Amino acid sequence: MEFETIIGLEVHAQMLTETKIFCGCSTEFGQKPNSLSCPVCLGMPGVLPVLNRKVVEHALKTAIATNCSINKYNRFARKNYFYPDLPKGYQISQFELPIAVDGFVDIEVKNKKILKRIGITRIHMEEDAGKLLHQLDGISSESSYVDYNRTGVPLMEIVSEPDMRSPEEAGEYLRILRSVLQYLDVCDGNMEQGSFRCDANVSLRPKGREELGTKVELKNMNSFRHVEKALEYEIQRQQDMLEEGETIVQETRLWDESGGVTFSMRSKEEAHDYRYFPDPDLVPIVIEDSWLQEIKGQLPELPKEKVERFIKQYGIPEYDAGILSSNRQIADYFEQCTGIYHKPKSISNWIMGDILRNLGDTREIDNFPVTPKHLAGMLELIDKGTISGKIAKTVFEEMFTSGKMPEEIIRKKGLVQMSDQNEIEKVIGEIIDRNAEAVEEYRQGKEKIFGFFVGLVMKATQGRANPKIVNEILRRKLAG
Amino acid sequence: MTKQLYQMTIHELNKLLEDKKVSSGEIVESVFKRIESVEEKVHAYITLTYDLAMQHARDADGRILRKEAGFLTGIPLAIKDIICISGVKTTCGSKMLENFIPPYDATVIKKIKSQSAVFAGKTNMDEFAMGSSNETSFFGPARNPWDTERIPGGSSGGSAAAVAADECIASLGSDTGGSIRQPASHCGVVGLKPTYGRVSRFGLIAFASSLDQIGPVTKDVEDAAILLNCISGFDPMDSTSVNREVPDYTKALVKNAKGLTLGIPKEYFVEGLDPEVEKAVRDGIREIEKQGAKIKEISLPHTQYAVAVYYLIAPAEACSNLARYDGVKYGYRSDCKSNLREMYEITRSEGFGPEVKRRIMLGTYALSAGYYDAYYKKASQVRTLICRDFENAFKECDLVVTPTAPAPAYRVGEKISDPLSMYLDDIFTVPANLAGLPCISVPCGFNDKGLPMGLQGIGNLFEEEKVLRCAYCFEQNTDWHLRRPFKDAVSAC
Ligand SMILES: [Zn+2]
Repeated sequence: MEFETIIGLEVHAQMLTETKIFCGCSTEFGQKPNSLSCPVCLGMPGVLPVLNRKVVEHALKTAIATNCSINKYNRFARKNYFYPDLPKGYQISQFELPIAVDGFVDIEVKNKKILKRIGITRIHMEEDAGKLLHQLDGISSESSYVDYNRTGVPLMEIVSEPDMRSPEEAGEYLRILRSVLQYLDVCDGNMEQGSFRCDANVSLRPKGREELGTKVELKNMNSFRHVEKALEYEIQRQQDMLEEGETIVQETRLWDESGGVTFSMRSKEEAHDYRYFPDPDLVPIVIEDSWLQEIKGQLPELPKEKVERFIKQYGIPEYDAGILSSNRQIADYFEQCTGIYHKPKSISNWIMGDILRNLGDTREIDNFPVTPKHLAGMLELIDKGTISGKIAKTVFEEMFTSGKMPEEIIRKKGLVQMSDQNEIEKVIGEIIDRNAEAVEEYRQGKEKIFGFFVGLVMKATQGRANPKIVNEILRRKLAG
Repeated sequence: MTKQLYQMTIHELNKLLEDKKVSSGEIVESVFKRIESVEEKVHAYITLTYDLAMQHARDADGRILRKEAGFLTGIPLAIKDIICISGVKTTCGSKMLENFIPPYDATVIKKIKSQSAVFAGKTNMDEFAMGSSNETSFFGPARNPWDTERIPGGSSGGSAAAVAADECIASLGSDTGGSIRQPASHCGVVGLKPTYGRVSRFGLIAFASSLDQIGPVTKDVEDAAILLNCISGFDPMDSTSVNREVPDYTKALVKNAKGLTLGIPKEYFVEGLDPEVEKAVRDGIREIEKQGAKIKEISLPHTQYAVAVYYLIAPAEACSNLARYDGVKYGYRSDCKSNLREMYEITRSEGFGPEVKRRIMLGTYALSAGYYDAYYKKASQVRTLICRDFENAFKECDLVVTPTAPAPAYRVGEKISDPLSMYLDDIFTVPANLAGLPCISVPCGFNDKGLPMGLQGIGNLFEEEKVLRCAYCFEQNTDWHLRRPFKDAVSAC
């Protein structure tokens, strides 16, 4: 039987704010346990939460960018459950009236040929919990310890509709969503550090059937690659079960990265009753039109708009524009280059080639040793004929490792292109003299060995000879 | 017989202090002598802070010398043990917080400290403010100074008893369903619950967050106005406090009721109301009428649902508010170390008393999946109807006047095994909490057993001035508030 996969994703994005959602504590990462805590985020008796306005603004920006409708009257609710990392015994979240609902993002599927719309069910704001430590200073202990530094760090939960049909679509949705959040500067999108987390709901149904199958929730996937791998595993597991005639149990499963499998964490029967109710300590949030207008005015250009502008303004192919716009810093880098160098397509080629290759997964171009000034300088030298395209690769490597300017590298390493006719003629003359046999073969019509001569010339000149001039002289001399 | 210092009011002592006739140190000594002689019988306090009080008194006396005194400077106050004072044990009447010392001041405490008032101690209360009799206090109940076999009311029973027994000059309580007014009525003192949002809740240990409000318990109405002046106002630390100007409430105190219309809700004068209480309250209304008020019978048709609504909403909020007492961070933790679940269960089983557990269970049930709509949600909807009742009433009157409690104080132990009849004791006080309205209880007589009874005035939102004015006018034309228990003890001091 053929099955159709149904995937919905829940993303928890940590919002970029200086302070926590309901108190003045810092949100800094990696500090001494419990050093970033106060009576409010520790849930001491009698304390009260006060909402950080920045959090609402971040959520509003995200809502606008993902085409959501905004609940101008929304409010916080308490999600009640016991766990030591949750100091109040409840998490302040949103339930009945989240800040935004009914949005979408468009993703490209099937080798970027088809545009597909993925619905967003809701976006809500909530506070993060703390962290349990079962070891202290690397020594395992009979007791567990709690670090409340993360408690109260603002999160945004973005819930998608079950609109994805494959792990690739899920991956693409996550990449697009993350890039939107990064563009908005509301989340750094770091999956490894946990500031962009994702849970997935997966179910299978026989192709052509309307009714949805039993869904399984997947957790604990720490990178895009793992999301896709976990989904692939889970789809296969469910398919095998269904083919064997077994029934899928509604449950929560954890992805085990090292084993490459998912395993059951809790079943539906064990699921919590969170007893949500409106938090009486916080007044409802009323979004005034003037506030919304102000936020709209602060929105940066979003990836989709940028792609369109790049195509129009710089005349680069859609493919290039898409890649350059996938990351706000890279797009900015590109535009900085275009400000000082006049051929956008050449810049784009270099960014998509050598630069992205050297950047690696982090894509942090801000600290990249080859700045727009370096790149533009090098491209100008190619245009002037000072260096060849081939030499430019060497120059690039050198800029990357030493951070030196291209002119300096060329001067110090003697990489300036050899364009002197006489000099090149002299080198070619010597080569022709030493390879009489090959010359004869060529003249007999074996023109394929032309490249052999080019290679010899380049070798003799350490690659510095101007290829155009080499070709010209060689053809003339070989012709006899 | 001249009045002892401990018998005096804030405004009387303020004059003496400003005229340098007494020092704050002398007042503190006088109050503590009184405490020494009657506290054993009354048990109004959980913690006494004599050393701290003497230190505050010295600060206050210095301030008076520098002519920087405020109304509360040098005045010994008793604070309900649900309000956090930095560095002072705050137990909430529970084993769970028996040794809890908060590292922060409640906003009301900060405000009072800024006037250099003196803290005499923390007063007894029902555990986590859950109770109307003080009998649920882990530390044993406070007693009614008029008859120590009887309850002082609750949950701010310690505060009311301390004021009535002259163990402090004035006190702060908290009111969730009548917890200031009902004990004030039972102890023959003045108790004021301000409009929800008038006074910051920061540092008030939460029972039911949408209902809780801090307010004064005092010997007379003028003192209530003085204390309210100090503690009112917007607090950026409490999102539910309201940013609205605070008037000088003492300016509202005039001795006539001209231009006021009192609404008398027929639903409050029904079967079950003690005949002596009814007579005292009706006499009281007549007295205010004599001072120029118009009287009008009104209807608050949803009154009968108030107690049911209250006992769904308050426990629902409470079960969530009390989830933080889990043995992990502070407060009581059982010795059990076998696993997390057991630590939670045993800690909470041992740390909470039966009434608290009962309400946690009620609230948990009301919020549970499948019951939420029928209980919590329905209760919230009916709450809106109760608010609307008052909105309509205030179209035709300035104040609603009712009895505070359906009967005078009952005997200790009389109702403890019958929670439902105890819950019904709140019947006249809970509606104002559900609607967030300001209200006051003033003494309006004594029954044939010599037990005090109270008259309740309920005002429209943020109309504390009318509430105070009406109460003041009544008080100044009667002398119920001048009577004090322990006649023999007084002469002995
Ligand atoms: Zn904090």
